Amino acid sequence: MADVAVRLTQLTKRFGDPAGRRSATADGSPTAEGVTAVDHIDLEVEDGEFFSLLGPSGCGKTTTLRMIGGFEQPTFGRIELQGEDVTWLPPYRRNVNTVFQNYALFPHLSVFENVAFGLRRRKVPIAEVKRRVSEMLELVELPGFERRKPSQISGGQAQRVALARALVNKPAVLLLDEPLGALDLKLRRQMQVELKRIQEEVGITFIYVTHDQEEAMTMSDRIAVMNRGRYEQLGDPEVLYERPRTRFVAGFLGVSNLLPATMDGQADGYAAFRLGDGTTVRVPTTVLEDQSGSVAVGVRPEKIRMHETDQASPPGFNSLGGTIVDASYIGVSTQYIVRMADGRRVTVYEQNVERATKSELWKTGEQVVLAWSPDHCFVVEEGGGAAPESDEELNAVA
Amino acid sequence: MAAAPFLLLAPGTLWLLIFFVWPTLQMLLMSVSTGSLDDGYQVTGSLDAYGTAISRFPKQFGNSLLYGGAATVLDFLIGFPVAYTVAFRGGRYKNLLLFLVIAPFFTSFLIRTISWKTLLGDEGPLLGFLKHSLGVLPAEFTVTGTSFAVVAGITYNFLPFMILPLYVALEKIDPALIEAANDLYASRWQAFRRVTFPLALPGVFAGSILTFIPALGDYVNATLLGNPQTQMIGNVILSRYLTLNDYPLAAALSFILMAGIIVAVTIYARFLGTEQLTG
Ligand SMILES: Nc1ncnc2c1ncn2[C@@H]1O[C@H](COP(=O)(O)OP(=O)(O)OP(=O)(O)O)[C@@H](O)[C@H]1O
Ligand SMILES: [Mg+2]
Repeated sequence: MADVAVRLTQLTKRFGDPAGRRSATADGSPTAEGVTAVDHIDLEVEDGEFFSLLGPSGCGKTTTLRMIGGFEQPTFGRIELQGEDVTWLPPYRRNVNTVFQNYALFPHLSVFENVAFGLRRRKVPIAEVKRRVSEMLELVELPGFERRKPSQISGGQAQRVALARALVNKPAVLLLDEPLGALDLKLRRQMQVELKRIQEEVGITFIYVTHDQEEAMTMSDRIAVMNRGRYEQLGDPEVLYERPRTRFVAGFLGVSNLLPATMDGQADGYAAFRLGDGTTVRVPTTVLEDQSGSVAVGVRPEKIRMHETDQASPPGFNSLGGTIVDASYIGVSTQYIVRMADGRRVTVYEQNVERATKSELWKTGEQVVLAWSPDHCFVVEEGGGAAPESDEELNAVA
Repeated sequence: MAAAPFLLLAPGTLWLLIFFVWPTLQMLLMSVSTGSLDDGYQVTGSLDAYGTAISRFPKQFGNSLLYGGAATVLDFLIGFPVAYTVAFRGGRYKNLLLFLVIAPFFTSFLIRTISWKTLLGDEGPLLGFLKHSLGVLPAEFTVTGTSFAVVAGITYNFLPFMILPLYVALEKIDPALIEAANDLYASRWQAFRRVTFPLALPGVFAGSILTFIPALGDYVNATLLGNPQTQMIGNVILSRYLTLNDYPLAAALSFILMAGIIVAVTIYARFLGTEQLTG
């Protein structure tokens, strides 16, 4: 097992408590006033990992990162860095460095001096400072920029300088708070690839904060999906996408169809769930965890196939009848909205492979059968987070 | 259309010409004139006034430099922590605190200086109490009429001119920069020394110029709080001009003062400028 780079234990941060820094209650549980920005988080980040904190605005990502960096003191809980308790150490005593959201480059210093800042504070010999700074500028592809001032470089270049300024110190962990947030889409994509390359090259643990699910998915080894000061699920991108455990996670990463259901018994490694329109669908028991209360069966739109009502679904597949109410051709695929007997709408993406031209697409009003393999099902708990609810919102996300 | 910028500049230019350039020229001509108030002055190109000014008043020039300089340094030492606290710790009380800095200056300069004289008087509330009620000071102890009192008066009177520009410069500093410095292993002091202070330098420059220049030409504090030995160059100009009506000498003294200020400010700007580059 890999070593743990960062371990958070019951980490909690409340703002605006009357008692000030420390919570009025001993275990950090809420008082009447105040916001719980981070709520009893337990987390282990492994050495060398690209770890992302993903979640909507205000869910506590920045606060978590700032506590690891030492800029914010926890109300409760503990932070360990490579096994050492750093909870109460000031930022300059922690072997972590941060890439700030707006870069926070020192405007009065040249690019060289910005990058050299940490080394100089650590009294690294001048010759070594020079060597390491130029190596680092090489790595971020900015050689020749040494003498420029931050006001004389572009946003993308400033981003690279900020990265170089942090990485040159060879920290145990690098913290990045939406570092690409200020860049345009194209540059952002390019920098995602770049960041991943650099991370693999230097082998330093990255903790990356973003609210962009695509960004998190393309770069991360593991992602914690945060909501309201906690994370709802933690795993590698594929597991989060294929097996989301909560409605929130299912809605935050990609588009999902979530069909409220009640369990109707188990047999042969499958559980049967009855949907609102009376149909029964099968779900592998392996995806059942301890989901409790009312649940919904989920399936991603691209996993569903459609066929005519007089044809049979592939054996063992779940099938569901409905009427096409909307079809939109979006190039790579066509998106259909299918209404089930109970009025629920299901989104289906069909690759435009066989059906080459628009005239051959399914028409609105046609009766169809939706079929998908039980292995593509996941089950989420109903209550909980404020994920996109209606189909309209889901479509907008798509 | 091309004339628009010049038209916009016109009122300001006119103002400067009438109220600055013209009087300055008049003064320059006066400083190289000879004559008396009764007989009238002739522009003769004589540099006698300059010779007299330099040979007769080195002590007063020296006092001005010394008191003005000391007061500027003291204002900086007092003003920086105040401006820093308001800018970084003021929170929602920033405006109130700034108002408090300026509030005493709604009363006239003269009144304030006279109150200092009363306050610090030999038998005033402060010294009287210390001498007679507590007996910790000897009876002949005095504050007014000393160079110390003059410097204290100047320091007090020009403090806001130091605090306000410092505040503006410090307020503009993004707190994330200080966090970034801490993140890069700079302790609080190093972050101050390497980031906060260099970024506040424009404010330090503006504040010290705004304090030092008027302090150099001041005469009120020396008149009210000093003694004949603590006369500043402003006192000499005043008496030459209003009492002795020796206009050429007064004008020559003013020009020497002005030249001195220009030289001093240039050197100072150079010094701070290079400091900022190597920071
Ligand atoms: N200094 C503060 N004082 C009071 N409340 C704060 C403070 N900083 C953050 N909060 C609150 O804590 C919660 C979490 O904030 P945080 O900045 O961690 O969110 P985030 O996930 O980074 O969001 P975003 O994606 O918008 O940056 C929010 O409700 C926010 O209003
Ligand atoms: Mg944030």
